[in-house]
Amino acid sequence: MKWVLLAIIVVATVLADVLQSHEMKLSGEQSVDARGLGRLLRMLVSRRYLILAVICMAFSFFAFMALVQIAPLSFAVPASAATFVLETLLAKLVLKEAVGKRRAFGALLVLGGVLLLAH
Amino acid sequence: MPVHADLAAGLVGEPGSPLCERAARLKTLVLVLVVVSLNSFGDLALAWGMRHSSTVRTNPLEYLAAMANPFVELGIVLLVLWMLTRMALLSWADLSFVLPVTGTAYVMAAVLGKMFLHETISAVHWSGIFLIFAGTALVGSTKFKTQESC
Repeated sequence: MKWVLLAIIVVATVLADVLQSHEMKLSGEQSVDARGLGRLLRMLVSRRYLILAVICMAFSFFAFMALVQIAPLSFAVPASAATFVLETLLAKLVLKEAVGKRRAFGALLVLGGVLLLAH
Repeated sequence: MPVHADLAAGLVGEPGSPLCERAARLKTLVLVLVVVSLNSFGDLALAWGMRHSSTVRTNPLEYLAAMANPFVELGIVLLVLWMLTRMALLSWADLSFVLPVTGTAYVMAAVLGKMFLHETISAVHWSGIFLIFAGTALVGSTKFKTQESC
């Protein structure tokens, strides 16, 4: 059961992040004061890709809620880092971000660290 | 140019200038810190609350019942704030930058898990924490956004 929940978390998180990043790149820089947070909240319920991202996040969130009940937090949180590889790849291929050697190596170090934390 | 825009340009420097870049990097790193803290404390409150509520399986009503727990509620509020601030961060920086630098949340999760949930941090865990910090420092030193933002 815990691996099924983990698979749901990974697929839903990857989709949510790529959709969110795509939409936020189009929106321009957003502020984080009270007015800015209100604006972000309105964007969440009015932009198609963000609505889809929220649905994916809801799946991920409920699967995470169930996972933390049957597995330690020190497994549940790091194990969901399997999203790292997929998302970095999609950031380069779909979002056309410049993922250089230093950034890719750094992401791999973080992934290695997260996997060790899950050990 | 309006007066406030003129002032802002004076404070953060001309677009593309080193001063502008430093100000934007500092602003981004502060937001990273906020995002990481909201994520870690949100996860902790959620885990604490879920462990003190009845077992949740597949019935949606069981999830709603679990949400009556004040720690679960606090966790949800913190995670909503985390989601909004992370959206703002994604409008300032690349996804491939945001992902690794916010990886420090995993370190905070391990430390908070030890402090409040009595989970253990072994030697292997500590080496993982070291790798995460090294990777975060490496990614943190790259350009956070492909396009000029100042």
